[in-house]
This record gives sequence, structure tokens and C-alpha cells, in this order.
Amino acid sequence: MGEKPGSVLIIGGGVAGIQAALDLGNMGIRVHLAERAPSIGGRMAQLDKTFPTNDCSICILSPKMADCSRHPNITLHTLSEVTNVLGQAGSFKVSVRKRARFVKEKDCINCGACSAKCPVKVPDEFDAGLRTRGAIYLYYLQGIPPVMTIDKEHCLYLTRGICRLCETVCPRNAIDYEQQDEELVLDVGAIVVATGFDPFDPSVITQYGYKRIANVITSLEYERLICASGPTGGHLKRPSDGGHVEKIAFIQCVGSRDLYHNPYCSSVCCMHATKEAILAHEHDPNVSSYIFYMDLRAAGKGFQKYVARAERDYNISYIKGRVASITKDGDENPIIIYEDVDSSEPRKMAVDLAILATSLVPRNGVEGLAKILAVETDEFGFLKTDPFSPLNTTRPGVFACGCCREPVDIPECVLQASGAAAKAAEVLRR
Amino acid sequence: MSGELVEGSDARIGVFVCHCGTNIGGFLDVPDLVEYSRRLPNVVYSKDNLYTCSDTGLTEIKNAIKENELNRVVVAACTPRTHEPLFRSVCREEGLNPYLFEFVNIRDQCSWVHMREGEAATEKAKDLIRMGVARATLLKPQEEIEIDVTQCTMVIGGGVAGMTCSLSLANQGFDVKLIERESQLGGLLNSLHKLYPNNEDASRLVSKLKGDVKKNKRIDVLISTTVSNIEGFVGNYDVTVKHGGEDEHYKVGTIVVATGAEVYRPEGLYGYDGENVVTQLELEQLLRDGGLEANSVVMIQCVGSRDRDRPYCSKICCMNALKNAMIIKEVNPESQVYILYRDIQTHGTRYEEHYREARENGVVFLKYSPERQPVVEDGTVRVFDELLGEELILPFDLVVLSAAMVAHPDVKDLAQMLKVPVDESGFFLEAHVKLRPVDFATDGLFLCGCARWPCDIGESISQAFAAASRSSVILSAGRVVAEPIISFVDEEECSGCGLCEMNCPFKAIRVEETERGRIAKVIEASCKGCGMCGAGCPQRAISMKHFSDEQLVAQINALTGGGL
Repeated sequence: MGEKPGSVLIIGGGVAGIQAALDLGNMGIRVHLAERAPSIGGRMAQLDKTFPTNDCSICILSPKMADCSRHPNITLHTLSEVTNVLGQAGSFKVSVRKRARFVKEKDCINCGACSAKCPVKVPDEFDAGLRTRGAIYLYYLQGIPPVMTIDKEHCLYLTRGICRLCETVCPRNAIDYEQQDEELVLDVGAIVVATGFDPFDPSVITQYGYKRIANVITSLEYERLICASGPTGGHLKRPSDGGHVEKIAFIQCVGSRDLYHNPYCSSVCCMHATKEAILAHEHDPNVSSYIFYMDLRAAGKGFQKYVARAERDYNISYIKGRVASITKDGDENPIIIYEDVDSSEPRKMAVDLAILATSLVPRNGVEGLAKILAVETDEFGFLKTDPFSPLNTTRPGVFACGCCREPVDIPECVLQASGAAAKAAEVLRR
Repeated sequence: MSGELVEGSDARIGVFVCHCGTNIGGFLDVPDLVEYSRRLPNVVYSKDNLYTCSDTGLTEIKNAIKENELNRVVVAACTPRTHEPLFRSVCREEGLNPYLFEFVNIRDQCSWVHMREGEAATEKAKDLIRMGVARATLLKPQEEIEIDVTQCTMVIGGGVAGMTCSLSLANQGFDVKLIERESQLGGLLNSLHKLYPNNEDASRLVSKLKGDVKKNKRIDVLISTTVSNIEGFVGNYDVTVKHGGEDEHYKVGTIVVATGAEVYRPEGLYGYDGENVVTQLELEQLLRDGGLEANSVVMIQCVGSRDRDRPYCSKICCMNALKNAMIIKEVNPESQVYILYRDIQTHGTRYEEHYREARENGVVFLKYSPERQPVVEDGTVRVFDELLGEELILPFDLVVLSAAMVAHPDVKDLAQMLKVPVDESGFFLEAHVKLRPVDFATDGLFLCGCARWPCDIGESISQAFAAASRSSVILSAGRVVAEPIISFVDEEECSGCGLCEMNCPFKAIRVEETERGRIAKVIEASCKGCGMCGAGCPQRAISMKHFSDEQLVAQINALTGGGL
């Protein structure tokens, strides 16, 4: 294998895209890794810890991110989206639009002087809106590339022609308001799609009171809330009053296994709720948690043991049944209304915090991407794959891995990513 | 400068202290650390950087190496896990052997963990820097190890996972030895009727795979063959197999384990007799032969799974039961099918609808708890339904047990030959549950399919491609480059007792007969430098390159003020 075969485009820089890039890069194949956000890392970077080992999520991901950015065969394209695909397996011509960062990547040293001075305050996407950021901001602390980005929708200069404070304070003259979007054309032999998932917006399930009741939050918000690099520095506080949390309800299948929303099972929620309840107890041993579930899905490696440990050592009770609704009392305590399976009676439980295990849905924009790639999606909007060719999309030479094809946990994402890398290598080496 | 051995006393050390933006600088007194470093023995230069890893910081290191004739570099910063390779390569670019670099971790170990105690954390950082400098003084240049890789993979197990993996590797241009102990390829798939979720014929899938394998010239299939011995290390495994009573030897670069699992025989449970009470696997055969005549079928889930002996969920049984229940209903719409379950495992986008359809088509689901298990007696099944809160008595023509997936009993032998771990249930244990799901901790060994954990065919196929990718990474490189942080045997001191060989978790040291008697030899490509061999050596004949006793003692003495 002396000669260098063609290259591969990977769309999506989460753990799946990163793994596929590293495998291909290490095979000696050139890789273009396109990520829409200002930095790679994806959803895994937002998680506090991971089940069933309770490894710190970013701590095990960031070495892989660093490997990716330093790899001689991997080119990162952040803020980048695919706009057109021509050709066929073995010789695709892909157009990629790289949005302007308005910050010179080479010069920015990520000192933070600019964001400290930026007068704009907008909700921070990475921290699930739990804190604000400036219009010039670092996507997240450990992000790669470790540079600032100007959000042109909110920048006062780019929208109204005033301010330029960041330019004044930047010690490196790294701000460039004149930067333009770039169009790249890439010749690649194969494409791997790894665009991941979005959390379902539970505000449409009005009976659960999300956004109306301050102490009803989503799992992803909770992950940021208990994360040391999150908005509270890892202190578990009630959103309504910053108060102490001792009793938590976890509401499973929010938007999942629900014919009105997503009829499918989101695969990972039973386990992440268990993990989140364990973490709450590790923060404060006085915490007790109640997980309201339909079927406890803990089939993966080591999962049953993890659940057994949760029940035995961490004050966690599993209660079978779908929660009917959530109201609140005068102290902003969420009241969980559910049916007790043993007595078939409706019951109420007041808690300090209720966490909605929202289902996993395809990333917004996947429908458009699928059209550009000319691949089919399934009835839920995930990329369509065959049960026995699980990594093939409907178009030869285009492969899918991770949550863009179906909700799966991290090990499954990682192994599918390696698998998709093998499929791409087959195309290039055939 | 890189190859030249420099005596400790000639060490000229540069110390670079990183602010890491505010990550370190916001909590520790970095200028004080710089000042402190400068006064340490052998330190000729010290400097702070806002970001040592930025282009600016790296240029400052390079210039300092040149201008101050540094022959050791110490960086006090974030963590070696992410940044050591970067600083090492900067040293290399400036002509300094990369192993003359020392990392001192003052972010993770000082500013992050002692955020509220800046002064004490600064003092701790001084201790760590002093220790780092003491070690750096004694560092020696090391050369990386390169080994050629045999361009061939051995895949052990010819089921769906093994065949898929072999095909992918062959399609990438690599030779494959595919070992199957039975007289035909196909594994468990040979015994199945239809496959969920789309009722594909198992025979169709298996014959397609067998045909593709047979046609592929790069795949050498060895049926009725078992592995009897494995020696060697990444890139150079020597495998002995037994075929028709004869030993055959093969040299391969990597090995993929795809030995699958088997179905538990539920002897003594629920009146299992193989006739009126059968396993799902036996039902598959009845359905395939068209020999099923039953108007009332009761399926019991979690037979041998999620119990004291096997606490795990076998993952595939719920979907398998749903599929077979639907086939029975299709053949005989008048029949009554009950599924006695604990939690229905229909995860993902493809499976949940089958659960819904089954209910809509009249399959009755009854939830039992492990405390009140169903009882099979006198032609009926008694079950306490948790949701109804009452006991039901179901007459049956056939009881079908969804028996657990269990590890093959001969997995233990294979695990011993490969020197890889299995978990308490007998499934192979991967290198890292989250991020290295199909790698073994030993380089060049990989894993896929039910030998890893019960999984369905789609998942087996994904894993098989994953193992192919991981294997291809090693084969494609053609050579393995290993860090020289490995153990080193003083042959004069070694008594050849073999304790090190027993202690090594990576099969990286072995005792060999030499002219001077039995002596332990390090297999450099396999050694991880963990130090187990050295710690257990009664002769103290084994030391670690780059982590010598001398260096570690110097660090400890730097901390305690001497005495060790």
C-alpha cells in the first residue's frame, strides 16, 4: 500500500466523525472533516460523564480531538457545511461552504480579552442556554480549534456598524470583520455522514410544563448543570432559586415511544437517567432519585450491573409507568402526577427538580443535507440504512454512522464510525 | 544534539510555565513559579507563556533551545495526555531528542483541583516543578522502535461477524486466514429461520456471505480447524492451528476474534424437555420445517438472563420472541400467543413498531417479576401479571423459552492463548468500554460480534466492519512505531525465573534459552512499560526506560528533601 489513495469527506465532528477520521487518517488516507459548529466535539463534549464507567466525557474525548487536529492526514473544516455533491462513489466532487469566523484562526490565542469586553449577551448554545455568552465567544473551553468566533447575527458591528470593542482589546490583531465565507471544492472517493442528533424540544408536550415550570429541565440541561465546566461550576442548584436539590424525578420517554411525537425508542435514555441519578448522589449523598420508566432498557455491556448498583447504592428507585403530567406548588416544586402500577391509583410526588429524558431526533438540517447527498431518510428523518448493511446509505459510496442513522450510545457510535471508515477504505482501495 | 548522551551534571534545563489563559494563571502565581524555577539546580532559563502550546509559545521554546543551548526542556502546563506529543515534536524539530522533555502537570493537579486555595496550589506547583526538574536532569535520549507488519489478518470464527470482517479486509487488499471449527461457515445463522426486523431468510443471508467469501481470492478459509497456540506480538503473530489432526503454522499481523456465543440450554427450568417446552432456537427449526402445530403458545423471556448466575440482559431475545410470535400468528391467525416478559427491549427506530404491531395483532404481553416467576405445570403456565395485579392460568400446547446467550465454554482456552481478559460472564473484555469497543488492550488483537457481548445480526455486522477498520489501520501502516518507554533486562542479573513472564499482562516478556542459560527478553513492540515485570523481579534485573529507578528516586528526593 505504498501509493496514497484518494481522500474521504466526513460530515460531522462529534465522536463518530472524529473516530472515522482517525481510523482513515491512520490508514494513510487523506480526510476532510467538516463540522458545522465553531469547534469539533459534538454532543459528547456537552456531557458530564458517561455510563456505565462514569468516565468524564470531555476528558476521554479531548485527546482524540487533539489527535485529529494534529494529524498530518486530517484537515479540519469548522463552521463548514456541504452545499453540493457531484459524481459517484470513487470520485465525488463536493462543495463545502466555510462560514466566516471573523477571527483569524492562526492569530487568535484564545486569551478571552475580547469576549470579556463584548457588550452583547445571548444564550450560550453549548451550555444549553443556561448562561449567556458574548457575540464574540469561545464555543467551549476545550474546543478545537481553540479560537474565538464572532456570531454575525448578534455582533453589533456586523449588524449595526457600531462597537468594534473586540478589535480594540485584541492583543494579536486577530479580529477580521472583512472575512468572507469561503467555497471549497473537494475531490473525495467516499463520504461518511456522522451528523448526530438533536434533543427533542419537550415544550410541545405541554402537560410536562417545560419552560413554564422553572425546575423542569431536560437531560442535556442537567448534564451542563452538573458539569464542572458548566454554568454553575458543577454545583447542582435549582434553576428557580439556586436552592438545594435533594429529591429528583427523572421522566423517561419524553417524546419517545409516543405516537404523537416519535414512536421509536431513543435507546440511551434509561441508561443516561441512571447515570445522572448516580451523579446527583455523588454530588450529595442526601439526594434520592425516582426514575419513571416504561420498560427499563439496559441491554448493553455492563448495563444491568450498573442499574443494580444504582438501586443498591445510590438511593435510586425505578417506578414503572408513564407520567401523566407535571404541575407545581407555591415553592416552585414540580409535582409529578403518575399512576401507581400496584394499586392502579393516581399518585402525586413533589420533588425539587424534574428532568425530562427527551428523545433523540435527527440534527436539524439533515433533511436538506440528505437531499444534497441524494440519500433517502426513514420515516423519522434519520438516514435510511438496511438492517443487514447497517452502514450503507441508499447511495453507493456514502456511508452513515452514529446517531444520524438511529439513536445509539457512545460505544456503538465509535464502532459504527470505525465500520464506516472500513467501508470508505474499501471504496478507495477497490 | 539528539543522539548525544549528556551527563546529568551537564544538563542545561529550560522551564516554561504556562498561564493557559486563566486556567492556570487565574489561580496560581505564575511569575512566582518562573522565578522559583530559575533558582533550581541545572536550570539555565525560565519563562512564562500565556499559552505555551500556541505558535508563539512553541517559537519561544525553539528560540530558547538555540540561544541558551538547552539540552532538557520542562513545560509546566495542562496535561501530558493531550499536549506531551506536541512539545516532544517541538524538541525534535529543534534537534533535541524528544525524550529529553519533561511535562509537569500544574493545571489538572494544581489549579483545577485547588481552585479556591491559590497560594497552597502555587506551593504545590513549585514542588511538582522541582520534582520535574530533578527527573529531567537524569533523562536520557531514547529511540523509537519500528517493527514490520505481516500483511495478513487471521479471523477466528466463521459466522456472520467473521465472514463480514474477512470480506472487508480482503476488499481493502489484505490477505485473510478465516478459521472455523465447524465443518461449514455460517455459525448460529445456520440454525435460524427468519431474521428480524424484516423477516429476511437466514439461509439467504448466510449463503450470500458464504458465496462472497468463497469467491474472494484473498480469503483462505480453513474449516474444521481450531487454534492451538498463539505466539508473537503486533504485526508478527505466529498462530498454530489444528486441522485434520495436523498442526499448521501461520504468520499474521493481526488477529480478529469472532467466535460468537451459544444459546443456553435451560435444563431443569420451566419443565424444559425439547418437545412441549422448547427454546426459541428449537422453535426456529420447527418453523423452518413447517412442523409447528400449536394453538396456544406461551413464550417466557429472560430464561437464564438477568438472574443471579447471569445478571446481564441477552439483548436479542425480546425481538426474537416478537418475530416468532408474529410468524406463528401469520401461519395460524387463530392461535393464541402470550409473551411473559420483564422489560421489553425494543430499542432504536426499527424495533418498537414490532412491539406495537404484535400487540395490535393480538399477541398478549404479561409482565412478571423475578420474585414471582411463572410456573409451568400440568399443561398450564401460571403467571402473576404485575400490571393487572392478578394470577393468570394459561393452557398451552407449546412453551417457548427465550434462553440466554452465553459465552462458548472454550473461550477460556482462546483467551489464555491470546492472553486477553474475559469478564465474569465469559465474554471477552475490550480495551475501553466507551472508546475502544472492538480493540483488545494488547495491540493487534480485535474483537467483534457475540464473543464481545450478545448482539443482533445488524450490530454484529457493524462491529465486524469496525474490527476490519482497526485491523486495517495496523496493516496499512506497514510498520508499528512504539514508544521506547519499555522495560529493559540486565542480562547479567537475570536468573531466568520467569516471574516477569507470569506477571506481564501484555505477553511482552518471555524467558528464552540462550548460550548463557535462561534469560528474560522484552518483546519491544508489545511492551507497554507498565513496570509489572520490574516490580516483581526478585533480582531487580529489570528497569524501565524513561522511568528508571534513579529518575523516580530523584523526584521523590526532590520532594522530601532526600533520604531515599
